[in-house]
Amino acid sequence: MLEASNLECVRGEKSLFRGLSFRLAAGACLMVQGANGSGKTSLLRMLCGLSPPAQGEIRWKGEPIRRLAEDYRGELLYCGHAGAVKDELTALENARISATLAGAPVDEEAARAALRQLGLKGREDLPARVLSAGQKRRVALTRLLLEKRRLWVLDEPLTALDKAAVANLCGVIDAHLAGGGMAVLTSHQDLPLAGRVEHLRLD
Amino acid sequence: MSNGIINWFKFSSPQTFYPLAGKMIPWFWALTAIFGVAGLTIGFFVAPTDAQQGEGYRIIFVHVPASWMSMFIYLVMAFWAALGLGFNTRLSGMMASALAPTGALMAFLSLWTGALWGKPMWGTWWVWDARLTSELILFFLYLGFIALQSAIDDARRADKAGAVLALVGVINIPIIYFSVKWWNTLHQGASVSLTKSPSMAQTMLWGMLLMALAFWMYSIAVSLTRVRAIILERERHAGWVEELPELKS
Amino acid sequence: MAETGILSALGAVIRRDLLLAMRRKSDVLTTLFFFVIVVSLFPLGIGPEMGMLRQIAPGVLWVAALLASMLSLPRLFAADHADGTLEQMALSAVPLGVLVTGKIVAHWLVSGLPLALLAPVLGLQFDLPADALGVMVLALLIGTPVLSLIGAVGAGLTLGVRGGGVLVSLLVLPLYVPALIFGAGAVESHISGLGATAHLSLLAAFLALAAFFGPWATTVALRIALE
Repeated sequence: MLEASNLECVRGEKSLFRGLSFRLAAGACLMVQGANGSGKTSLLRMLCGLSPPAQGEIRWKGEPIRRLAEDYRGELLYCGHAGAVKDELTALENARISATLAGAPVDEEAARAALRQLGLKGREDLPARVLSAGQKRRVALTRLLLEKRRLWVLDEPLTALDKAAVANLCGVIDAHLAGGGMAVLTSHQDLPLAGRVEHLRLD
Repeated sequence: MSNGIINWFKFSSPQTFYPLAGKMIPWFWALTAIFGVAGLTIGFFVAPTDAQQGEGYRIIFVHVPASWMSMFIYLVMAFWAALGLGFNTRLSGMMASALAPTGALMAFLSLWTGALWGKPMWGTWWVWDARLTSELILFFLYLGFIALQSAIDDARRADKAGAVLALVGVINIPIIYFSVKWWNTLHQGASVSLTKSPSMAQTMLWGMLLMALAFWMYSIAVSLTRVRAIILERERHAGWVEELPELKS
Repeated sequence: MAETGILSALGAVIRRDLLLAMRRKSDVLTTLFFFVIVVSLFPLGIGPEMGMLRQIAPGVLWVAALLASMLSLPRLFAADHADGTLEQMALSAVPLGVLVTGKIVAHWLVSGLPLALLAPVLGLQFDLPADALGVMVLALLIGTPVLSLIGAVGAGLTLGVRGGGVLVSLLVLPLYVPALIFGAGAVESHISGLGATAHLSLLAAFLALAAFFGPWATTVALRIALE
């Protein structure tokens, strides 16, 4: 499904990795590991099509993602370091607006349900400014529940989350994988996933 | 046909272009000297004194070619920029950034000589003539391009961002020129045109043409020299650069 | 992507940016006050002679409008870039060009439109006759979207760049020249009795061109900035 062949990443004048290839089938999860600055985030951004690889190609269902453009983006969900959560908007507004911007509008009830599922009950109508870092991260993660996408690319999704939230998130990812979804993620913490996890070390 | 294409792509790699440019540069300098000497000789000694403007008019042998080049270089720059953006060739971006300072220099030269000419002709260093005003804005566009490229650290991003700016500029330049001309006629300003001298003698035209060729050759020579410097700077870690005989000492 | 989806996304971006502007009113008001103050300073620098002020009024108002819209440009994408929203937009199933167009429209609604509506009040300071004020507003209504459209390209190119705020003015101001000439010229030629139609038509043509190329160039610039 998702296939990367012979990728090279160059940052500035330094080549972070080269000759990287992998293949990810439906229901599989790829855990990217490596030290700080080994190019994990760069790889994830490449897989999304944000930055082109210096060498090599990424294909989705056999087609290069460059050519697929919006068709590929419609199956992709990326969650980066920055959560795209606006301080001025409430948690509910944030959830609904980011779904709409992604091209998958949801009604208020669905958004409230997603926020509740991630443990934000009672915080739905507070501006994100007053939420803690972990709560903001949960607001960002509601996108996992609201946008129905095949491929999840998650960069350090556990940052600032407490134990309960980590368990909660693992459940969400497991359900996604069990339903035939795919995930590529980075994490410095252990992610106790039920399904099979492949590992990719960059260094 | 297919041969031609292969050759072009071969020269679009910095590695093959670097020595090629090195071989071409002396020839362009030689042509610059030949055309320049011929043009200046005609301009200063052969061309007749203008009945109305006296000897002062001779500055047009520098002014007019400089103005032509400043506009032409922007077009060439935009062409390379578009090529770089469309085909992602590294050399195109380097060419565009190598051309910009020369273009800015030409625009500045044109403004300066325009002012020098304006003083004896109109008694003032600056008139809001349509051509001079457009030239001034063109100069600003060059400065913007150079400033943008030098503000971005990543060379590839600088190339691409510069390319977008050059393309937006090249679409805008005709509109700017038209609007300035329109503004100028509306305000009934000094509309004495620099090139429309009453009697453009044949010899004057020749002088101007030769000078234009000299400026052209100079621009190519300087840009090639600059592009070689840019190639060395950007590829300094590549194997082939370290193998260069001139760097082994 | 269905057409209705695109339209609803466009509307959603505009609504979102207006909502954000409502919750950060000071940003919008600063731009407006800047416009008012710059325009009001000119008589102090030039002298209160009404004939002279009438003559320079269109130019002064337009130059002040250029500077004011310039002032709001760095904010156009900076906040979305910093908090990751821009990345999400670039990865949306909705084409980025559509979302960018929405942002430009919203930018005009909060920075261009208020200037146009405020201009008559300031024009009174310069003793412009009522019909000239009308032409002024019309010219600003056609011209300020051009400023947002071209400005967005500059904002995209300088996103996250050292000294981006100052740099954007260097890039964008020369490109504003036609809007300035046609816009200020419309009022002047109306006052001199030549009629403003020609100027306004040219300004509208420039707007059409900017509307065609602006969002496209901005999209390319943003993708470059995100790489």
